[in-house]
Amino acid sequence: MNTTVAALAARFRTCPTTGLRVNSTAEHLIRLNAVFAILAMVAGVIAAFGLVLTRWQAVHLLEAVWYYRLLTVHGVSMLIFFIIFFEMAVLYFAGPVLLNSRVPMPKLAWAAFILMAVGAVMVEVQMWTGKADVLFTSYPPLRAHPNYYLGIIFFAVGALVVVGLFFASLVVAKREETYGGSVPLVTYGAIAAAVIAVITLLHGAAIYVPTWTWAMGWTAMPDPQVYRLIWWGLGHSSQQINVAAMVAVWYLLGALTVGAVVLNEKISRAAFFLYVLFISMASAHHLLVDPGFGSGWKIWNTSYAMYLAVLASMIHGFTVPAGIEVGQRLRGFTKGMFEWLRKAPWGDPGFSAMILSIIIFGFIGGITGVTFGTEQINIIAHNTLRVPGHFHATVVAGTALAFMGVTYYVIPLVFQKQVAFWPLARIQPYLFGGGMVLFTMSMTFAGTFGVPRRHYDISFTGAPFDIQYNAAVDLLLGIMGIGGLIAATAVVLYILIAVWSVFFGKPMPQAATAGE
Amino acid sequence: MHTGIVSPKGVWWVKAPKAERIWVMIAFAWCMVLFAMMPLWHYRGGQNPSGIRHKVDPEAYEARTLEFVEQYRVGEESGIAVVAPPPGSDIYMLGKMWQWIPVLKLQAGVSYTLHLSSSDVNHGFNLFPPNINFQVVPGYDYALRITPNEPGDYKVVCNEFCGIGHHLMLGRIIVEEGPVVAAGGIQ
Ligand code: HEM
Ligand SMILES: [Cu+2]
Ligand SMILES: [Cu+2]
Repeated sequence: MNTTVAALAARFRTCPTTGLRVNSTAEHLIRLNAVFAILAMVAGVIAAFGLVLTRWQAVHLLEAVWYYRLLTVHGVSMLIFFIIFFEMAVLYFAGPVLLNSRVPMPKLAWAAFILMAVGAVMVEVQMWTGKADVLFTSYPPLRAHPNYYLGIIFFAVGALVVVGLFFASLVVAKREETYGGSVPLVTYGAIAAAVIAVITLLHGAAIYVPTWTWAMGWTAMPDPQVYRLIWWGLGHSSQQINVAAMVAVWYLLGALTVGAVVLNEKISRAAFFLYVLFISMASAHHLLVDPGFGSGWKIWNTSYAMYLAVLASMIHGFTVPAGIEVGQRLRGFTKGMFEWLRKAPWGDPGFSAMILSIIIFGFIGGITGVTFGTEQINIIAHNTLRVPGHFHATVVAGTALAFMGVTYYVIPLVFQKQVAFWPLARIQPYLFGGGMVLFTMSMTFAGTFGVPRRHYDISFTGAPFDIQYNAAVDLLLGIMGIGGLIAATAVVLYILIAVWSVFFGKPMPQAATAGE
Repeated sequence: MHTGIVSPKGVWWVKAPKAERIWVMIAFAWCMVLFAMMPLWHYRGGQNPSGIRHKVDPEAYEARTLEFVEQYRVGEESGIAVVAPPPGSDIYMLGKMWQWIPVLKLQAGVSYTLHLSSSDVNHGFNLFPPNINFQVVPGYDYALRITPNEPGDYKVVCNEFCGIGHHLMLGRIIVEEGPVVAAGGIQ
């Protein structure tokens, strides 16, 4: 364990004089949010197996109703619950822990967590009992049970409170002078994510509250097109939270695994700031082939906003690997051009997860997304399998993989346990990343043949007409199936490793946690 | 040199290393190229969705479509009316759980104004095989100027989730040899 890690671990130690844990509220809340994130992931991955084995047309496992039900479960459990619970843990880590400070108003923090947990359970119950077969976008006039929307509202309000507490913890740390100078870059990235979260959650309130009152029968239905506009103000902005949080985690993992340095604070922070500035506009690229908007609006919003946000990602895509190189050279790997790369800790799952996340996010996720965020190209991509092909490369192989990588450090640092099944942990990121490459690429290509997303049966059995897709589609869906199964298996391994380490793992040897 | 989890002390607003500055400049230039392409392609590319959009009452739209069906009906297929509208006319397609109504019989090289809307939930218009996609939203009439450029048997897949019968929702557009076949496609 390197010195940075040891110094961080010390912040979670039991204080020998007072007998109290440093940061005990933050520590408990990081643990609980991490546990709930993983619980959500269990629901999400069960659904993922069902979806993969159904979309793989040769297997076609589920009944139609369960395909659509599990599609709802998967989207909500993964994209909303897993990701956001994990981000709450990231906020408690980036604020109170990194600033060596405390959580202001611990009671409120607990209340927020309970609200989120209750909301998530309400939503899961509605989904699994078939009262919310509306997919995670829930476009009206499709209507779910009112408690589905109410659960989401509870969850979002809880998250908003946590974001508020995060800002308060910054103020407290500043006032109590728990750190000198400026906040660390990772905290700065988390601040960017938190600012975006406020914008996002306000859109969320603006759309879920009227939808809930409509489901209760109290108000008229929201206009379907206005709903799509505001809903994507939530849906897309929240992806920008995920991006900012993921990049913050890259910097964190760089620091923890190889002591990666920040080349230039100004550039990296400016890039985070670009995320904050140009987010809400990007929701337009979900509406490029919608009837409700004119071309001027579409061009302005998708081009201007997107490319400066893209600029930010291109900057981080350079500074993170460059910082790793410089960090490695400082550690003595200076021979030739590539010793720093060859001697990198490829067997450390935190490191490999970070690298794979950077590569897949940038090359597959970024390129596919920027391409079909264009007005004309969107015509041949909208609602085809290209879309899930794209976002499984961004939020899944990018954000979720980075989060998995950092879990391998959260376990020793926060839970004070050794990572169980270490040989499995070493290969887990490769399995997941490799599976996701197959999965996302084959979906993307299948989509170019017009294969629809969110579709139970492209053999159209029982439909009035029939369609013969290009012969390559069968092959592509087979590769999608295999890649998806590999990735889902890697998620099962991840869950197994995390749960086993936390509940039955060996405690950390004292030397490592106490080493200053 | 410090890592991202350490508070930088003092002034960190300093000039970046050269390699980083160059990269930022390249990236920025690339973004501006992408940005410039968007309006350029919009005005010069000739591939835009030619949407004429207005709000419409979903029931009124359904009534208008049925009127259109009665007017130009020439037959029936799998229980769905087949309609052969005159060249140049306004033609209507209605998405309704879980059918595209009607089956259209068009002529190649002839322009039409194709109206799309729904009388219940969102549907997705996906033309097979060329793979052309539009969102169909209830309450909004999406009118597209189209000129089918090749005779053939086209299908309309619904690619927006619209309830349990979503995957059964398949429509048809038949394009027959027209008077003069002009190049163009959907404009
Ligand atoms: C374990 C690996 C995973 C596999 C194998 C997997 C597989 C799938 C499949 C097969 C679909 C359905 C595509 C369709 O039929 O339209 C899907 C949809 C989706 N997935 Fe995943 N997924 C995985 C992980 C994740 C994660 C971690 C997230 C979020 C962080 C996520 C978010 C989504 C979303 C938002 C949808 C769209 C749901 C919808 O269209 O309503 N997935 N996934
Ligand atoms: Cu439909
Ligand atoms: Cu549908």
